[in-house]
Parts: sequence; structure tokens; C-alpha cells
Amino acid sequence: MTLRTLCPALVLLLSCAPLAAQSLRVPYETFTLPNGLQVIVHEDHSVPVVSVNIWYHVGSGDERAGRTGFAHLFEHIMFMGSQHVPTGEFDKLLEAAGGDNNGSTTEDRTNYFEDAPANALPLMLWLDSDRMGFLVPEITAEKVDLQRGVVQNERRQSYENRPYGLADENILKRLYPPSHPYNWPVIGSMTDLSAATLEDVRNFFRTYYTPNNATLTIAGDVTARDARQLAQRYFGDIPRGPTVTRPTPPPVVLPGDVYATLEDRVQTPRVYNAWHTQKAFAPDDAGLDVLANVLAGGRSSRLYRRLVYELQVASDVVAFQDGSRLDGKFELWVTARPGHALGELQRVVDEEVRKVADAGPTLREVQRAQNTFEAQFLSRMERVGSFGGKADQLGFYAYFVGTPDYFQRDLDRYLKVTPADVQRIARDYLANAHRVILSVVPQGKPELAVQAPVQP
Amino acid sequence: MSGVVLALLLVQGVGGVDRTKPPTLAPPPALKLPPVRTTTLPNGLELAVVEIHKVPVVDISLVLDAGAVRDPANLPGLATFTATMLQQGAGRRSALDIADEAAFLGAQLSSAAGFDVATVSLHVPKRRLAAALDLLSDVVLHPTFPDSEVTRQRELRRTQLIQQRDEPTQVASVAFPAIVYGAAHPYGRPLAGNDSSVTGLSRERVVAFYASFYRPNIARLLMVGDVTLDEARQLVTARFGAWARGDAPATAVGAAPQPSPRTIYLIDKPGAAQSVMRIGHVGPPRGTPDYFALQVLNTILGGAFTSRLNQNLRETHGYTYGAGSQFALRRAGGPFVAQASVVTAKTDSALIEFLKELRRIRDEAVPAAELEKAKQYINLGLPGDFETTAGAAFRFRDLLVYGLPLDYFSGYADRINAVTAADVQRVAQRYIDPDRFDIVIVGDRGQIEAGLKALNEGPIVYRDLWGQVLP
Repeated sequence: MTLRTLCPALVLLLSCAPLAAQSLRVPYETFTLPNGLQVIVHEDHSVPVVSVNIWYHVGSGDERAGRTGFAHLFEHIMFMGSQHVPTGEFDKLLEAAGGDNNGSTTEDRTNYFEDAPANALPLMLWLDSDRMGFLVPEITAEKVDLQRGVVQNERRQSYENRPYGLADENILKRLYPPSHPYNWPVIGSMTDLSAATLEDVRNFFRTYYTPNNATLTIAGDVTARDARQLAQRYFGDIPRGPTVTRPTPPPVVLPGDVYATLEDRVQTPRVYNAWHTQKAFAPDDAGLDVLANVLAGGRSSRLYRRLVYELQVASDVVAFQDGSRLDGKFELWVTARPGHALGELQRVVDEEVRKVADAGPTLREVQRAQNTFEAQFLSRMERVGSFGGKADQLGFYAYFVGTPDYFQRDLDRYLKVTPADVQRIARDYLANAHRVILSVVPQGKPELAVQAPVQP
Repeated sequence: MSGVVLALLLVQGVGGVDRTKPPTLAPPPALKLPPVRTTTLPNGLELAVVEIHKVPVVDISLVLDAGAVRDPANLPGLATFTATMLQQGAGRRSALDIADEAAFLGAQLSSAAGFDVATVSLHVPKRRLAAALDLLSDVVLHPTFPDSEVTRQRELRRTQLIQQRDEPTQVASVAFPAIVYGAAHPYGRPLAGNDSSVTGLSRERVVAFYASFYRPNIARLLMVGDVTLDEARQLVTARFGAWARGDAPATAVGAAPQPSPRTIYLIDKPGAAQSVMRIGHVGPPRGTPDYFALQVLNTILGGAFTSRLNQNLRETHGYTYGAGSQFALRRAGGPFVAQASVVTAKTDSALIEFLKELRRIRDEAVPAAELEKAKQYINLGLPGDFETTAGAAFRFRDLLVYGLPLDYFSGYADRINAVTAADVQRVAQRYIDPDRFDIVIVGDRGQIEAGLKALNEGPIVYRDLWGQVLP
């Protein structure tokens, strides 16, 4: 995920899955305006704030070759003013009303939120509707160039100037063929960002930034009745756009293990394993999250215990299932301590994966993961706004499963997972499957990489 | 609020919409906060409770005067190491038992130290609160600090210190205070320690630090969430009631060094795609009577998206993904710092813009609209800070640590509103001194040095990755 502005707390949360205890309910109303805009409203009067969160059904997966990074660059341009909102005023008006905002882009979708005191709702909707309906006349080459510069600096700050920051794009291009839209990272390449033209921006807007390709969620201290009227008032006259067709590539299978080495300005090497798994909300998606927790979720996990605690050859381990619209992948990273080659770590990773595949996790390990997820679901209910708050979650569920209040059913997916499921999943998706193995090593030290087995 | 919006709709008519100007807004909602209620246990432990019952979770923080200001000068890193070691064995539990049990309870248990205080915190579903408090009290009251765990964590920290050097922003975060304060002042020493001090992190030193500073009479326990004061008192007394007072000596933080004339400190990172910039000097303490004026000043300068530094360096020039500033308000004067990561080729241009903004905020009165926007942003954003238990705990914790009145936030907005443009200019002139800036830049020396020299904004001095004089 790539954000308009950096939000350090969030970056840490990305590797955590969500949580709750009692039955989770987020009551909502939903309706669709004649122009096709779906609106979801949730009342929560506990604190006098309201959050507006729009999901546009477009992401880097809709980009074409030679224009990678475009969906995210466009996200930045959405803040540069529209016909009735001069450049710079979007943020100024919102801040003067006590509000905050941000946007984010993934492979699959782009979203924008504003959080503010409840009285600012008309302002938030005025701002958001103006850029949905009246952006094109205001797009200029200067604005595009300026945000191109900001985004190129985002790429430098978050990827190029950060240790291991280029691992992700090196995994993706080996996990997916060039014809698949997950072949490149959301941030895109420097060359492609430089190539984007004004005409690209206009076409992209006309194709994807339409009411019929978006979901608007309003959550917080507002009545459903007022929210409905305001949504109609500000968004009702925006014309429907063309029907959007999105890529539907065939499933990807790796024909064999792929080994690669990247030299980076780091002192401790790190190995990345990546497997194809399941899409978001597909069968086994939740089980893969549980497996990730058993293997590397915190200090009580199997790989932390073996590699960091007992053998003391690694400084940290990370594992996660990343289910998206078109595909899913499971990643497992281990960072070596000084003096240890990655092959040594990788042997232990393989052993531990094999153990889960052969004997399964214990019941306690699965329950521990379930309790952790349940607690995370619960804490997420505390907030309406920002990334991961209730407004964002309602939009997320509406997008992926078509039911905004899917909180309890989502949690139920985790609570149903058994040790036998995790064993089968470890066997089918990891132990018996091909993967990309990327070694990131200090410059001039390729001998620290995991070596590919010699072909017979 | 709902009635107000509806009235507005009727006035404007539901048919057409006037897009030509922003809608007129109803008055903002008033800030209504749950009260903080406190009681003190016989052993001196202060218990504070804020009831928020909307979601069955509780957020707990135990805040102790056991921060890095207590580190011996030759052993930086001891306070943070001791906080880490709490979780590596306690009572009958091993390090792995503690991690396993916390996860099994769905509890997030953490322990860490900053400069002024150490914090042990717990966030847990209500129905597991009692069991989680058992774990928390074991970790705080009965840590065993096994030799094998001390060795393990020390070696892990050694690796982390190596990894930190690969990350330019972390290098800057260690080097900047080292340069501003020097090693004689605790705020100038790295929280995590350094390569030589890590060797001295022994069981004896940890045990002694713990015995001195993990004491109820220099601690406060804040519980925010689905819990009442009576319930909290019972739960806490049962677990922390027998915790023995200690004679923790007060720690006198010495005076910061006299600021020196503006100097550029260059830390070489060959091949860096960006230069990480930190510009500033010693700032005021949290107790400054100018606190509210400083909040407004910093919001205008570098504390929000539309602040001057971000507007200039990001939105006007595109040199960076984000620029900002902050006053790190601590018990003694923490640093004032303006910062950004900028594209290597524009390092000199970015410095020109930084200095321009940092001088302008002193030289010119802030226009009324800009002042008003900043005050509104601070005040109207306040309710959102208290939406979650963790968010509310973060704000309320300050009251306990800095000895502020418990109804502090009820007068907050009025005191922000009272700040004038003249106040902002006065505190800018008093607390921001461009002639005394330490300018720390972590970047590719070969690419940026000539441009920086040509600016003639001060001598260029070279430092290592710790901010220390090169051999």
C-alpha cells in the first residue's frame, strides 16, 4: 500500500492482521444513487466526529505497461484542486475545520478519507464531490509535474533509500509474469513515473473516477437521514461514467523454484520466500493468516523461537498472507545476524515449515492466533476514521465481499480454522509448492545468498 | 449535531447545490471528555482511571520515572535495556512463556523507555483483564533477569545497532541530538546505547537499575476503557499493593551546552538517493509557560500538512515527500528540530528554503487567517484524539507525567484561542535561533558538499554515523 502522506504508526501496523470478542455488529444503511454511486452510512454517536471514506475501484492492477505507478500518482493529483476548490484549499479548508485526510493506493483500489468534527460533514462532502465531478478542467501539466516530483521522492524515501526497500519489486517481477498486473509495485518505476502525460491523467480520470465505480462511506456522529440527504445533494448530479472493465488474468502458477540475489547497502543479509496462495476471502485465506501467526507471529512463534531465540542466528522473522482481488501471496522473511549466511537460516525455515506440514500445529497455537485476531478485531471497533477504522472497513468489506457489515463473519472465518486445516495449508501452499527465494545481501557478498540447488 | 445539519439543508434547499463556495458550517461540537479519577495506594502508586465503555477493551500504562536520564554517563542504553529485560523472565515464567501467554490472552504487552520515563503497557479485551494484569504485575514486580536472557538480548541489541546504521533516518535521529547536546547531557546519548556501551549491559547493572527505579512511589498506573475506578482499585491493589517503596534519588539533568554558531554537520552515506536533514538546537521544557503559543507556532511552521515547511518543500518545490518540525517537550529542554528527507540533487536548495521559512516565522507576524486555521486545527481536532482508549491514554498520560491538573483539557481550547500573532512571533524569536542551528545532513557527500559550501551558511564539519568527531 502506498500512501499520500507518511503515517509512521500505520506502517508498523501493516503486518498485523485485525480482532473482537462478543458478537461484532456495525449497523449500516446502504443505497445507490441514480448515477451508480453506492453510499454506506453507519451511525456512531460516541464521539462528535465523522469520517468520510471513498473507495474507487481502481489500483495499480489497472495500469498498462510503461505507466506503472500511475494509479498512485493520480491519487496525489486528486488533492491538487478541482473546479471550485483552488489548489491548496482542499487541505486548508479541512484543517481550518479541525479535520485530517489521507489517501492510499493498492493493487486493487484507491481510497480517500477525511476525519473531522461532525459539523464539518457538508464541507467534506463538498470537497470530495468536487474532485469526483469537476477535476478535469483543473488538471495542468504543472500540477502533474509537481506531484510527480513528490511521488518520486516518496519512492526514494520509502524504497530506494531504505535498507531492503527494493526487495518487494524484485519479488513481484519473479512471482508474476509481465502480463499480470501484479508484476510491478504500486509505487511504479522512476522511468514510468517520468513518462506519464497530461492526457494519461485525463483519460484515467474519465475511465475510473466515476460515481458508478466508487463506494462512499459516511460513519460517525450523524443520522442516516442527514447523511443520505447530504450525499444526494453533493454527489447526485455527477454524471455516470462508462462501464469499467478490469483485467481478469488467468491464475498464475510457478513452474519451479526461482532463486535471485539482490546486493543492497545493508550489513545484515535477509532472505525472502514468496509463494502464490489464495485471493482475499477465498477458502484458506484466513487459514493462511493463522499459519503465518504460528510460524512468525511474535516471540512465541515457531521461527522466532528457533532462529532468534534458540539458535541466535537471526534478528527477526516476519510472515504474512497477503490476499488481494486477483491473487494471494504468502511471504516469509528472515534477517540474519552478522556472521551468518542465509543458507543456514533457510534450512531452518524449511525444517519448520515441513514440521507444520507433517504434524500440524498444536491446538493451543491455533487458539493463540485466534485470540490475537479476535482482540485485534475488537480494538478496531473503537474508531470510525482513518485507515482501518469502521468507515474504511465497511468500504473494504463492501468491495471484497459485497456486505459492508461483514465484521463478525470475517472473524468467524478465523475462529473456524482447525489444526488440521493449518497442517493441510502448510503442506499444499508452502511445503509442496514452488516459491521465489530472494536473498538481499551486502554489496560484494553474493556468497551469503541462498544457493540454488545444482541441477542434475 | 444532526438537527443542525438538517436545518442547514432546508435553508439551502434540497434541489440544487451551490458549489461556488464552501458550505457554511454549524458551530463545532463541544469537547466532552470523560473525567480522570485518581486514587493513591498506600505505597505511593498513583492510580488514574478514565471510563470509556463503548468497546469492551482496556488500555493500561504504567509510567515510571525510569527513563534514560537515569543512565550512567558511560552506560547509555541501560534504561531501555532494563525495560526490554522485564519481559525476558518473571516469577515462574520464562521469556517464551510471557510472550505465549500475552498472545493467548489477545493482549499487547510492551515495555520501553524514553528519556524521561519508562512505560509498561497493556491493551487487552475486558474479559481477559484480570489474567492480563497478573502477567503485567509479574513482569513489573518479579522480573528474574536470567543471565542467559541478558546475553541473548545484549547480542540482539548489538545486531540492531549495526542495522540502525544502514537506515539513514535512524542515523540522523541518533546523530542530531548527539551533536546538539554532546555526550555530557543525557538527551545527547543514544537511547539504545552504542557499540561500546552495549558490552557493559550486564545482569548486575540491570538489577541495580531496576531496584532503584522500578518503585511505586515514582510510578503511575493509568487505566482507560471498560473499567470503573472501584474495579480498577481492587484489581490493582490486589496485585501492586505489596510493591515496596524505594528511595529513588532525584535525577538532576544538567544544563544543556551553550549553543554554538550555525554549523553544517555532514555524515557521509555514499550512494544515498536522498539527504536526511535535521535542523535545530535545544528547545524549552514541557513546563514552559509558552506551551500554548508553541503549539500554535509549530502548527503554523511544521506540525500539519498545510504548515509552511511542508507547503514550501513538498507542495511548492517537490523536493521531498514531507517536511515538518517539532518541539520535543520533556522535563528538561528537549530539542527543537525541523526535518525532511530531500532528493540528493536538491539538498542545497532545500536548505535555502528551510532557512527562509525558519527566519520568516521570526521576522514577520503571522497573517490572521493562517493563525486562525492553526488554532482551529488544534482545538477542533481535540475530540478525535480521545476516540480510542489508546488515543485517550496517550493524551491523559501527559497530565500524570508532567504533574498537570486533571481537568487540563477543559481549559485547553481557551488557552489556544488566547494566543495572538504577537505571541507567535515572540516565541519564534525566543525559541528558534537560525544563527545557532546545528544542521545535520546524512547524505552522499560527493554529491552535496560543493552545493552546501557555495551557500555560505556556515562551516561544514564531518561526523561519523553516531554524530561523533571523525578519527
